[in-house]
Amino acid sequence: MSRLVVAVVGNRLRGDDAAGPLVADALRAADLPIRIVEADTDPLAILDAWRPDDTVFLVDAVRSGSPPGTIHQFAPHDGAIPPERPGGSTHGFGLAAVVELAGVLGRLPRELVILGIEGAGFEPGAEPHPAVRQAAASVADRIAAAAAAAER
Amino acid sequence: MSAETVTASRPGTRRIVVNPLARVEGEGELHLTIRGNRVTEATFKVVEPPRLFEAILRGRHFTEVPDITARICGICPVAYQMGAVQALERLGNLTVDPQVRRLRRLLYCGEWIESHVLHIYMLHAPDFLGYQDAIRMAADHPAEVQRGLRLKQIGNDVVRVIGGREVHPVNVRVGGFYRVPTVAELQRLVEPLAWARDAALETVRWVADFEFPDFEQDLPQVALVHPAEYPMNEGRLGSTRGLDIPVSEYDTHFTEEHVERSTALHSVGPRREPYIVGPLARYTLNYARLPDAARTAARAAGLGQTCHNPFQSIIVRAVETVAACDEALRLIAEYEPPAEPAVPAPPVAGTGAGCTEAPRGICYHRYRVDARGTVLDAKIVPPTSQNQKGIERDLHRFAETALDLPHDELVWKCEQVVRNYDPCISCSTHFLKVHLHREEDRG
Repeated sequence: MSRLVVAVVGNRLRGDDAAGPLVADALRAADLPIRIVEADTDPLAILDAWRPDDTVFLVDAVRSGSPPGTIHQFAPHDGAIPPERPGGSTHGFGLAAVVELAGVLGRLPRELVILGIEGAGFEPGAEPHPAVRQAAASVADRIAAAAAAAER
Repeated sequence: MSAETVTASRPGTRRIVVNPLARVEGEGELHLTIRGNRVTEATFKVVEPPRLFEAILRGRHFTEVPDITARICGICPVAYQMGAVQALERLGNLTVDPQVRRLRRLLYCGEWIESHVLHIYMLHAPDFLGYQDAIRMAADHPAEVQRGLRLKQIGNDVVRVIGGREVHPVNVRVGGFYRVPTVAELQRLVEPLAWARDAALETVRWVADFEFPDFEQDLPQVALVHPAEYPMNEGRLGSTRGLDIPVSEYDTHFTEEHVERSTALHSVGPRREPYIVGPLARYTLNYARLPDAARTAARAAGLGQTCHNPFQSIIVRAVETVAACDEALRLIAEYEPPAEPAVPAPPVAGTGAGCTEAPRGICYHRYRVDARGTVLDAKIVPPTSQNQKGIERDLHRFAETALDLPHDELVWKCEQVVRNYDPCISCSTHFLKVHLHREEDRG
């Protein structure tokens, strides 16, 4: 059976990097039929988040120079997600690399929507920017609407 | 090789920059200068700001230490927790419940599995098979990469069940754990770990077929040694030069020194000699304590009872992954929940030292605490900072044997020399860019 899965990446203790976890928090509070996977700072962990016939929303903070809170949407194959670091590192792989790896291994879900929330600051201990909080709520609403539509 | 620019500032001189080097953590620079058939410089220039964890710990209560040190590293946090609690429990003269000791070793097995497997499959294997990265490799070797990903996840699962979560676990405390798992929780790990042990054996066979340059280190290897078990959480400090001391004497034999090119302190051993820590040192000094399955796999892979070729570290990591899976299964079979998850840990004034085997080698901790339990002073020596001088020496010696290689291959191999150590630069600080300077000696 197809499920709606939300996988989020981000560090709650580093300012706007908490964008993904904030979306997860809002969806948990709404108690919807959604599988929520929080991958902290190890995007490789999201590979096991979904099954092939799932619909998946993948949410992470991004930094592109846009105003904080801007919501970006990417498709897995559009090449628009720049790799954070070519080849991965001792400590793991970025989101772009993990999505590419999932594609190479035939492990992409039926539908994958990648949502990036523009952050302004990623300092340890900082609070998320108000616009990032607002964007996270907006993304959560959008996913909740998708869940409601799937229920009908 | 990641990216490269070649500039010629004057005839006969070549300056090559590779930036950044992929498949290691962090940022810094590697400089290699070649004049004729001699390497005249092989240095790391670590430019990352220091992270000052030792200073952060000052003034904190000693019970907070394992949760703070867990934040030093995302892939080997258990090492930083284990070194901290060992040091502070020795200071307090605490003896933890034997089942708590088992659980801690099991937690460490999980970390070894996830850390070793990530490096073997996703970072190091592409070097041997000629791929830019694991994604390119996965297109041609999907079954192997899938096996590696599942293996790593099982290591993560062990850390999550005992440590509370996969990254920066939260369940370790001075005196024991905050909560211990039930027998049923650990039993659910048995079937995956049995699969993992077989997959680890497959891994040994896979990497044993790679081609390894004929190259040996000439530096002393230093590791924990233990009379009864392959060392993780405890032991004495031993070396291939006959060192045999308790951990409490670490500071009288090993010193850290600042060098201008690195924001990570370099370590030197007795007589200011560089030394090597990590899988090769552990293996060489503790071969007899490996589980039978791991020893058999090592022999079948062509390893002897010692290993000094850093390129073969990938085989040793695979052998240690077999050992970690085998040991995890044994520990789970023997587990009964202790009566209490922790023994009381009142503050004791004094200094305590601890040292455990992080996946990348010995990790030393020393804390001075006052009677109220406030940390007055902390010293943490990560394995990668201890290996910096050895990496430089390997680079120097290896490059001199490989100067006839085509340029691209030489640069690739030099990068590999660094990756042989699975450097955890965020622990020691960070690096790495490669700068290769070749000055043609036409005189």
